[in-house]
Amino acid sequence: MSTPRPATITPAPAGAPSLSRTTATAARVLRQLRHDPRTIALMILIPCVMLFLLRYVFDGSPRTFDTIGASLLGIFPLITMFLVTSIATLRERTSGTLERLLALPLGKGDLIAGYALAFGTLAIIQSALATGLAVWVLDLDVTGSPWLLLLVALLDALLGTALGLFVSAFAASEFQAVQFMPAVIFPQLLLCGLFAPRDTMHPVLETISDVLPMSYAVDGMNEVLTHTDMTAAFVRDALIVAGCALLVLGLGAATLRRRTA
Amino acid sequence: MMNYSSRPPEEPAVHAQDLTVVRGPRTVLRGLDFTVPGGRITGLLGPSGCGKSTLMRAVVGTQAKVTGTLDVLGRPAGHPALRTRIGYVTQAPSVYDDLTVRQNLDYFAAILDPGRASADRRHEKVTRAIADVDLTTHADALAGNLSGGQRSRVSLAVALLGTPELLVLDEPTVGLDPVLRRDLWNLFHTLAAERGTTLLISSHVMDEAERCDRLLLMRAGEILADDTPDALRARTGSETVEAAFLHLVDAAITAGRTKETTR
Repeated sequence: MSTPRPATITPAPAGAPSLSRTTATAARVLRQLRHDPRTIALMILIPCVMLFLLRYVFDGSPRTFDTIGASLLGIFPLITMFLVTSIATLRERTSGTLERLLALPLGKGDLIAGYALAFGTLAIIQSALATGLAVWVLDLDVTGSPWLLLLVALLDALLGTALGLFVSAFAASEFQAVQFMPAVIFPQLLLCGLFAPRDTMHPVLETISDVLPMSYAVDGMNEVLTHTDMTAAFVRDALIVAGCALLVLGLGAATLRRRTA
Repeated sequence: MMNYSSRPPEEPAVHAQDLTVVRGPRTVLRGLDFTVPGGRITGLLGPSGCGKSTLMRAVVGTQAKVTGTLDVLGRPAGHPALRTRIGYVTQAPSVYDDLTVRQNLDYFAAILDPGRASADRRHEKVTRAIADVDLTTHADALAGNLSGGQRSRVSLAVALLGTPELLVLDEPTVGLDPVLRRDLWNLFHTLAAERGTTLLISSHVMDEAERCDRLLLMRAGEILADDTPDALRARTGSETVEAAFLHLVDAAITAGRTKETTR
């Protein structure tokens, strides 16, 4: 702020990546959500309510709550962000605002990064509340640092945003967009190790689960649950989730077309 | 390199040669040749479904499968450098319903002219654009709560933000009452006269044709006539542009769909 700036700054050239266009987009997405307080409340409260519920479902076996609770801390942000992003981008496509934006000097990367930034911010709030509730109120027993839980949750949220952006390109209506949730998320949910350890599955399913990103999200959470410090396995899991998120974000950007039929 | 901003007004803003657009199995525009003069209002008229919107999307650079030559402001249509120089308003208002009028404009202004250094300039432009479309009293209303006509004016205000050299407006006056329509046409003429803006406006309401400097009459993906309203009426011996259009359509049908050339 205190560094002197030249009086006039030439606007960034058309299409070049621009930080201010990204932040403007993120601010706009958040502003849209602010006019919709019910969605914000649902996004933030539902994971907390589910964890609360789960804690007393497993009232007799706190160990089970530890593993499932930690896994869910990683899965909730992924699912919520997937749903919110796929609907939000679909609306952007159907309302004509996407066509308008792409006729303006906005880079596709700026738009995608803006969405990721906005929903990432929400994901931080959501994950912080859910993690705090689980660790301090519901006595989720983590050996490692809750900050690492939060980090994985955030990466999961980013992955959810990326997947949502990507599938919205293939949905022609809100009905289809919502149906992509079971199509994309449920198989990962079944195979991620939440219901049965991955190494006890049929070898074919185990191989499939090895290439699904949610498996690594859940593995990462369980690493934090059982180890005091950052293990090599945790770093690998976190990097895989982050890498997948970036890859799918890139694919999402490729689905945005400036020229359409 | 040419300095395009000092382009003499008589140089065409849009020049098309053998412009063809295919959408799916259908050829929507068939080998069109036309020019849109700079600093003037050109009306694009014809029945719905004749290809007006497709032609406009081609000019703006959002239409896929365009062949032939299409130069806009001295560059091929869709060139990245044109994105700040063209304002485009689609038929259906494309604004965010869950933002207020001002928030909508603030966002699009930040895309056109980003950075904190230009915040004051942006604020000025946003205020002017809202005043241009006469929505100052509704600046803080949610776009989704406005009437259809008001929402399409928000969409128009977004296009005015960047002070574009070329404004492409797809049916901007549909659903507006006569007073507002007159006001908007006054605004269009002011833009052409004072800011030197080139306007390409589509309509299927023929009485609006009389307010244009030049007309492109379209039918079934072809251009029937490219002329001034007066010349059109004189040439066809008609009282109104509507009668002239009907005359040309009948002539085209009887001539066995042979393409009418005007020059």
